[in-house]
Amino acid sequence: MSDNGILRVVARFLIPLIMLFGLYIQFHGEYSPGGGFQAGVVFAAGWILFALIYGLEDALKVIPQRAMYVLAAAGVLLYAAVGLLGVAMGGRYLDFYPLLDSPHAAQQLGIITVEFGVGVTVATVVMLIFTMFARRKSEWKAILEEGDEET
Amino acid sequence: MSTVLSFFNYWVVVALMMIGFYCVIARGNMIKKIMGLNLFQTSVFILFVTSGKVTGGSTPILREGVELYSNPLPHVIVLTAIVVGVAITAVGLALAVRIQEAYGTIEDDHLGDDDDDERLALEARQRR
Amino acid sequence: MNIVDLMPFSVLVPLIASAVVAMLPGRTLPWALTFLATLISAVIAALVLPAATDVTLSYPFGNWPPPIGIEYRVDAANAFVALLVSGMATLALLWAPISVNREVPKRQGPFYALFLLALSGLLGITLTGDAFNVFVFLEISSLATYALVAYGSDRRALLAAFRYLIMGTIGATFLLIGIAFLYMMTGTLNMADMAERLPEVRDTRSVRAALAFIIVGLGLKLALLPLHLWLPNAYAYAPNFVTIFLAGTATKVALYVMLRFIFTVFAPDYSFVVLPLATVLMVLAVAGMFAGSWVAMFQVHLKRMLAYSSVAQVGYMVLGVSLVTAAGLTAAFLHLFNHALIKTALFMAIGTVMYQTGSAKIDDLRGLGRQMPWTMTAFALAGLSIIGVPTTAGFISKWYLILAAVESGAWWLVGLIVLTSMMAVVYVWRVIEAAWMTERPANLPMVREAPLGLLVPTWILVALNFYFGLDTRLTVGAASAAAEVMLGSGVSGVNP
Repeated sequence: MSDNGILRVVARFLIPLIMLFGLYIQFHGEYSPGGGFQAGVVFAAGWILFALIYGLEDALKVIPQRAMYVLAAAGVLLYAAVGLLGVAMGGRYLDFYPLLDSPHAAQQLGIITVEFGVGVTVATVVMLIFTMFARRKSEWKAILEEGDEET
Repeated sequence: MSTVLSFFNYWVVVALMMIGFYCVIARGNMIKKIMGLNLFQTSVFILFVTSGKVTGGSTPILREGVELYSNPLPHVIVLTAIVVGVAITAVGLALAVRIQEAYGTIEDDHLGDDDDDERLALEARQRR
Repeated sequence: MNIVDLMPFSVLVPLIASAVVAMLPGRTLPWALTFLATLISAVIAALVLPAATDVTLSYPFGNWPPPIGIEYRVDAANAFVALLVSGMATLALLWAPISVNREVPKRQGPFYALFLLALSGLLGITLTGDAFNVFVFLEISSLATYALVAYGSDRRALLAAFRYLIMGTIGATFLLIGIAFLYMMTGTLNMADMAERLPEVRDTRSVRAALAFIIVGLGLKLALLPLHLWLPNAYAYAPNFVTIFLAGTATKVALYVMLRFIFTVFAPDYSFVVLPLATVLMVLAVAGMFAGSWVAMFQVHLKRMLAYSSVAQVGYMVLGVSLVTAAGLTAAFLHLFNHALIKTALFMAIGTVMYQTGSAKIDDLRGLGRQMPWTMTAFALAGLSIIGVPTTAGFISKWYLILAAVESGAWWLVGLIVLTSMMAVVYVWRVIEAAWMTERPANLPMVREAPLGLLVPTWILVALNFYFGLDTRLTVGAASAAAEVMLGSGVSGVNP
């Protein structure tokens, strides 16, 4: 698909917008519709569009597979860490009130941090799923060709 | 007539559910099975979401001048359920890819009937 | 820190550890951290059980008071099941490293991470007091289980995992439909709150449909007779460690959730009245006992044999439930616990045989009794337990089941229980006969006794079978407390 001029131009125009929209949903999630799940998926969709148009190899230069693994786990750990922070400061798990003095600010801080963890995990997991399926075909072809050479 | 129209959403749900369920049961192709499964789950999501609609209620975003809101909780629940559904689809497709690699087909009708234990044992004995 | 604050960490520790374990390289490190997390979880569960016997413990997440917030709600019943699940997982992990090194040679981090996810999912189902949370944790544990089954060495594992995925998802979606109906009728997802609000709407069709959907959905997860088709293949072709873990935990948790819905949410005077549930469950249970034992007698593959035997044992548990008496429920909870011990020991012995000989077919076991005496003796002793010979754990649960049947005046059930136990004698005896009474054929390889790392955990399980066959204070006490809670007479208020 990388030869098609229209696709390349439109994608170049759209991808930043998609990613920006993803970030918008992410950081307005605590008081309007949105949040980590949706933002992560939208953000990853931008990356997947890039991979479809410009090829997976180029897309993996932006974020290597290993980094996706680490970020996916890191997002979960960020979520857990905020939850544990509430326990450490004398509240319950995922209790945000002890985090700051002002209850409003505390809730906002807690939700934004937790949702950021969710967003990172969802985005990287969606990218990982795409990468693994996309790579599988080329890997499998390589295996088959090796087998042919042996026989 | 009014019962048909006033339960419009339930009719949609039932129709989608049955199409999906039929697809899972009747199709041998694993991709079609997964599609059926998705349809089946989606119908339940619609059931959940439509249950949150309050007659005359606005979208559940806090605004001035709006008194009555629809119930946002079903949306949140369905969002989680959608994520679960995506995960199931991903695992199902991954398994289908691996089955394609191992068996050379994803038509489930009689797949694996050939390599049950009795058959494998028999073949092993014949080779000996 | 008091015990209520510690309670959710039984689920959280494995959940958080799984994210770390997934990234760990090598073999020893992932196993060590997994074992540590599981052990912590089991210790917390062991501390919670005595505290939850008298009062219902409640832990609101984020300090949002229930029913608005999600709470973990623990009483004698789920504390008992949680201890069983985390304890069995710890014992299974002791057996794991040697076998997993063979079956998953590379990148064990993700494998153990999936195991931890499955474990935290099962524990989450057990501890949570929120109906939708049950669905989410059910799917977490199921998804991890599908992937774990697909790790099997044979290509049939992939097919087994795929069919398990299809059936498991249908079951979970049925549960979701049931929960959706309940939510529409009551406007709450908290199970205790739901139970309070249900009487107002009890005579509506939606609530009846909800009950039916939930029973069918959980029946699939439980492998109740006509819905058991996923179980034999999934157990037979999964890696041995996964089979051992699943056999001791997965169906038990499904049974617990079913009881929670039937008895706590709907209350027995509703669920057994609007639907002929007692009759249906009894018929399915008896059919499962017979069909499972019957098919098990003719299996060539021993893991499949034990899997069909599991279908039969689920029948015993459900039979206890279908009597709808305190004695029957006590028997069900007892068998839930004892069967986990028995099946784990049996699968460990067969897994050890598979490790040494590479086969679990009965013909390849001929003459093995002299070459692997410790392993085969362990199998024989655990086999005594599944038959229900006195002084074993299996005897205790069958004895209580028979007592419950007699108390309900169902004498004919006693005959059936004894008859299916005779069928268990047959399938255990086939293995013993092959192992001890026949010579090792010349064309089969000579094997030696298994390494200690596999034998010791197996014998710990066998020893536990005999320990709980003699000292029944812990199990019978906890099981009858759980039964009382389910029937609603044992609750004495929520902790402050």
